[in-house]
Parts: sequence; structure tokens; C-alpha cells
Amino acid sequence: MNDPKYTGQDFKVVGTRVKRPDGLDKVTGRARYGADMSAPGQLVGLMLRSPHAHARIKKIDASKAEKLAGVKAVITSADLPDLTGGNSGLYDTLENCMARDRALYDGHAVAGVAAIDRTTAKKALKLIKVTYEKLPHVTDVDEALNDDAPIVQPRYAQEGRHGNLINKGEFGHGDIDKGFAEADVIVERSYKTGQTHQGYIEPHACLASVSPDGTGELWVTTQGHFAYRNNCAQLLGMDIAKLKVTSSEIGGGFGGKTHVWMEPIALALSRKANRPVKMVMSREEVFKASGPTCSTSMDIKIGAKKDGTIVAARAECRYMNGAFPGMWGTLGGMTAFACYNIANNQAIGVNVLCNRPKVAAYRAPSAPMMAFGVESTIDQLSKELGMDPVELRLKNVAREGTLAPYGPVWGPIGIEPTLEAVRDHPHMRAKLGKNQGRGVACGFWFNIGGQTCSDLNIGPDGTVNLTVGTVDVGGARASLGLIAAEELGIAYEDVRTNIGDTSSLGHNDTTEGSRGTFSSGMATIFAARKAIDVLKERAAMMWQIPAESVTWENGSAHAVGSEHGNLPPLTLKDIAKKAGNTGGPIAGHHEATADGAGVSFASHIVDVEVDPETGKTTILRYTVVQDAGKAIHPDYVEGQFQGAAAQGIGWALNEEYIYGEDGRLQNGAFLDYRMPVCSDLPSIDTKILEIPNPSHPYGIRGVGETSIVPPLGAIGNAVSNAVGVRMYEVPMSPPRILKALDGAEA
Amino acid sequence: MEVSLSGSVRDAVDGLASVEVEAETIRELLTRLIDRYPKLAHYPEEGIAVAIDGTIYRDSWETPIPKGSEVFLLPRIVGG
Repeated sequence: MNDPKYTGQDFKVVGTRVKRPDGLDKVTGRARYGADMSAPGQLVGLMLRSPHAHARIKKIDASKAEKLAGVKAVITSADLPDLTGGNSGLYDTLENCMARDRALYDGHAVAGVAAIDRTTAKKALKLIKVTYEKLPHVTDVDEALNDDAPIVQPRYAQEGRHGNLINKGEFGHGDIDKGFAEADVIVERSYKTGQTHQGYIEPHACLASVSPDGTGELWVTTQGHFAYRNNCAQLLGMDIAKLKVTSSEIGGGFGGKTHVWMEPIALALSRKANRPVKMVMSREEVFKASGPTCSTSMDIKIGAKKDGTIVAARAECRYMNGAFPGMWGTLGGMTAFACYNIANNQAIGVNVLCNRPKVAAYRAPSAPMMAFGVESTIDQLSKELGMDPVELRLKNVAREGTLAPYGPVWGPIGIEPTLEAVRDHPHMRAKLGKNQGRGVACGFWFNIGGQTCSDLNIGPDGTVNLTVGTVDVGGARASLGLIAAEELGIAYEDVRTNIGDTSSLGHNDTTEGSRGTFSSGMATIFAARKAIDVLKERAAMMWQIPAESVTWENGSAHAVGSEHGNLPPLTLKDIAKKAGNTGGPIAGHHEATADGAGVSFASHIVDVEVDPETGKTTILRYTVVQDAGKAIHPDYVEGQFQGAAAQGIGWALNEEYIYGEDGRLQNGAFLDYRMPVCSDLPSIDTKILEIPNPSHPYGIRGVGETSIVPPLGAIGNAVSNAVGVRMYEVPMSPPRILKALDGAEA
Repeated sequence: MEVSLSGSVRDAVDGLASVEVEAETIRELLTRLIDRYPKLAHYPEEGIAVAIDGTIYRDSWETPIPKGSEVFLLPRIVGG
């Protein structure tokens, strides 16, 4: 019954474009986000943050703040003992939530205050006296590896390597030197990408309430309320079961809300003040003190024979991790050449520390940067070879049976179909005018599964509550409702999907890695099938026949066999109505670790026009082709494609963190950190391909992340074709384009 | 059974690209590898994945490893 293998079944409701269950609340303002919960007696929590990029904290004197009328609690690291049990990752989280002996970046929290109102809290912050000893800082990923660079985290320094170099992950196979020796044409280039933020419109916000008996509640905007619960409980020495975390509606996360940033502090303030504490980050705090993505610096070398066969490819990319190590370089190394079948390939991802905020995931983390370098180089290779860029990619495309660069052999995958769809798309035949250029690029993301737990409960009227633990970041409630309706054979409108709090379900992993519909979908399928078993048993009781004589079809129990086959069917509603007399509530439950997540590939086409006088780039037309495995709700799948592409466009053209010589962030506001809005972009065309994932009953693959991977490369190629000059740095903002044009003229 | 290693996991086995080890489940595989290469000890806690014939397992350590399978030790992938 719990076989995850793809069944190839036909669907009745899955694949239809039903109304989204959260739409009305979101457009009318009824939806409750992180900042929309209040509690009697609540206090306002604010953070004091370091104005220095790197400084020793010699002393914190909070005495005057504590005495200010209306201040109920002040927290520093002295109030947060190390309860991490030697877990270095959790210790990093503790230190990032509040600086211990050193402030490691501009905006690093050094103290927290809870007061009766915002005005009092702000006054209190000013009364906290912090004595800093400024230290040398480094914010550039290449400068961080200079011999004289200050060491960001001495506890991570190891003998034999630079103190800011955490590790190098190398992937690939074959003989790279032999491969390049065989190449007729080699293109070798270096590239850079700027640091960007996920740009979610909703800032981090929570309402924390801890009782003297050790129990607590947290209402929070998050991608993973179970992970938040576990981390907060451990950091504060609470029993996990005593902390109940409820996820609010989420106004975007994209990876930035997979970690705690201030929530443990809100809980600590509440515990100390014995009152609820609400904390909402300002936009500047979000930029400075949550988790942007890495900046990078990379070297790419690709060689091919005259016929276009790529015989060798090498990439080394240095990923700026911020002040705490992550696996960003590793992920980049794994994804670099995933779209291609290259006999000799080597990709090295390097993790480097800098005095910048702790990097968090941003939608297919690390892959877009590497794709910028690889896809730009492949395009240049196509020009050197005199080959069409799509044909060059198709000639070297990965297929089922190809050895993936990070090890395993590919099963059925969608990169070739997406490239063929690009090649045949009408967009490729649209005429281009002056100062206009077209670019294509490919992208890949792994997707993941993880721990999942779902409850399906049938009400007395036959309507269904499905409770899941994966936060809905983009359509999961609708998709899971469709899946439950499909399995039960009932109308979608009779299913209501809810995100349960942490007390109502077993552990669910964070909604990241495009796992939500894959994992919770699988759990929903099996929970529904268990409920069907119960429904059949109840029908048998009602009919007074053996349970083996009952089947389930089209939402009803059917008696089968010569003896009972003429009994009229019992609908789900009929059986539910009598549940009280046949054994009580009818439900199905499933918990498991979903594995076998299917990878997803995408190919994009973009047309741009570049104004040679201002350097401004306008996106004229954009097409996304991506493999979804099975699109449960096509509107949402298309929305994920479009949203990811829109973020990639902003990253490619405008967005970057700008740090001054003093190591301080210069553009921590949407005015100066310019993300695209609707008026900046054309409608993004989408084409969903469905190459089923063999490890999911419906063939589902995660779709949310992959389409942020190609845009940097696609736009880089398009802009380069438009202006006749290759761009090597992202964002390709107007000043950079004008500088490239000036350089070309000179 | 040959177990291939990718990326920074190789640092923990003296840079080897593959090792020979017998195991019937992922749990046995990890236990035997850690016995032989103690530097791998922190990986189960902090993040490792095992690919068996192309399917990546991040958590299911009771998963059986059929004889003749292609087995890779990989970093534990995270997403956004």
C-alpha cells in the first residue's frame, strides 16, 4: 500500500486549475502573517546591533536601560548559556542570534530589549552602553583569502590552510588534463556575482510567550516551524514538547526563513519579562541581519572538439559564506556541470568566511552563480565553434544513464526535452531589433524529500480535514487538497488543508529544497489510503458483509461478488454520517521519511534591449521551460516558474549588497536595493514538461527552485549579444554595462 | 562493495575517491565506515546522504543496499 513507485495512473482532479484556498484571505487582508498576532500584555522587543563590521565586545552596560520605566527585560549573551552540547552548527546559530565576545558583521545583534511600547524600547536601546574594540574586517571573498586578511572565525581555522577557507568540495570524474589536451577549442574566463537577498516582502516577525512553568508558544513566519521549535528549545534549555510553534501565513521565504534569526531572543525576553514579546524586523534589519546568499568569484574553463563535443570542463568557485560556514561551495560544485554529459569534468566549490551576515539558502542555493559562469562560457564556446548555442547544449546534454558530476547515474531526466522545447519554441524565431539580444541557458536542482507526517480526518458530514506539517510557501494546500480528493474520489471542495502546529503532528522537516508537494503529497496519498481502508471496513459493518467484499471507487464503497454485488453503493458522506455507530472517528495518518526526490531541469530563453546611452536593460520577452514530473496544480507550478525567473532577473540586472570601506552595508533598503516589480517585467511565458519521477506514485518532482538557476546565464548571454561585449559580472547594472561598453570602445 | 565518495566527504577518508566495505543497510555502511575512518564521525549528525543506484537517501538509514548497487556518499543537500 505504501509503495512510492510511480503508477502511471490517470487523474480526475489532479492537474486541474482549482481555486486556491488562501486566495480570498490574502487579497482581502484577512490572512494573518507573522506580525498579525497579538496577546494581552504583550511587550515590544527590539535589538541593539553592532555598527561595526568586526569588533571585540569589551563590555556591555545595560544598567540604565534596565532601570528605564516601562522596560521589562534586557538580554545579552550573558543570559544565553551555551546549551548546544558541542553541536557546532547550533553554536553558530546561537552566536549569530546574539554576539558573544565579538561582533562579526555590521548589524550583528548584541543586546535585546522588551518594553511596554516601541518608543520606550528605542529609548532603552540608546541607554545600553557597548564598549567595542574595532578590529580589521574583510568583506570581499577574494580579499578574505589574502595572506594579510583578518581571520573571521579563529575557531574554524585549521593548520595547512588559510584561516578563512573552510573547505573545498571537489566533484567530477575523468581525467581533466587529458581532456583539455584533446580539445581543439578552449574558453577560459573568470566571473563574479554579487550578494543578494531573497527579498521576501514580509520581514521576520514573531510573537513569543514563555510561562514560568517552562511551557511556551511561538507564532512566527517561517518555512519550518518544527525546526524553529527544535532549535529554540535546545538553545533555551526547554523540552521540545513544551514549546508549541505555529507557523503564520508566510509572505515569502525562498530559503531565508529556514533558520532562526531573532526568535530565540524573543523567547528569552519573554521568559525574563514573564510577558509575551512581539518582535518584527525592520527592512534594514532584514538586509543586515538575516541570511542573504553568497557573493562569488569563479574561474571556468571548457574545452571542446571542432565538432562541438565538450571534452573537458573545470570550474572553481569561491563562495562567500558570511561570518559562519555553510555548505554553499559544496552545492555549487555539485550542480556546476549537471546539465551536461562531459567525460572529463571537475568542479570545486570553496567556502570562504567574511565579515558579512550568515548566509542562508536562496532558492536552489549556490546553483545560479555557477550556472552564470558555466552557461556564459558555453555560449562563448558556441561562438568560437561557429555553432548554434542550443545545438551545442543538445550535443552535450545529460540523459538517462549519464554519470552525474556528483556521482550517481541519472534516471529519467528532463534536460534534453526542455532544450528541445526551447529549440522548437516560437520565441526563438521572433525577430530582434537594434540593441536587442537573445540568450539561452540551462539549470538544474536536486530537490529533497525528508521527514513528513500528515493526518487526514473525515468529519461527520463527510468533508475532510487534511493536516500537514509542511508550511505552504506556494500552493501546497491546494495541491495536497487535490491529492486527497483524488485518492478519496471526492470533490476538491470537500477537502480543507491546514498547516498544523508543532503539537498536532510528528516532526516535519522545513519546507525547503522544493520538498513540500513531493513529501507531503506522498504522506497524503498513504494517509488517504489508510482512511479508505477504514471506510471500507465501516461500510462492511453497515452492510453486515465481510470486509473483503468491499471495494472503493469514485468516492464510494461498493459491495462486490455475486452475493452482495447488488447492494447500492455507500458514499463517503453516508459512511461518515454513521461513524459514531460503527467505531468512531474515521481517519488516516502517515509518517515517514520521503526519499527519491526527483531532480528538475529547466531551459530558459530571454530577449533584452540595452540602451547604449544609459546602460539600462529591458526584458522584452522571457520563456521558461521546466520539467515538473507531474503538475498537480498547473497554475501554481507556472507561478513557481515565473517567480523564480523574476528573482533571477533582479539578480542578473540590479541586485547586490554594496559594502563601504568601513565594512558597513550601504544599501539596506528597497530604494537602493532595487528588485524588479511588475512594471519592470513582461509576462513570463511558461511551458510545463512532465517526465515522471519514478520514485513518487504521481511522478511529482519539486519545481519551486530550478528556474532561478538559468536567468543569470541567459540574461548574461542576451545582454552580451545585445551590446556585443561579454559581461563577466552580475548584476549587469547600468554602470557595469556602460563601463563594459566604454572598455570595448577604448 | 565499492562506495564512492564525493566532495568534502573525501577529506575524511584521506582523499580517497572510493573505499571497499560490506554492508546490508545504510546504517551498517555508515557504522563500518566511521569505525575505519573516525574523521567521518561528525557527518551523520551534521549532514550526509547516501545515493543507492541514483536515489538519494538523506535520513532513511534502515534502507537496504542491494548487492551490486552503485553507492555514493554525498554531502547532505539543503535547499531554499
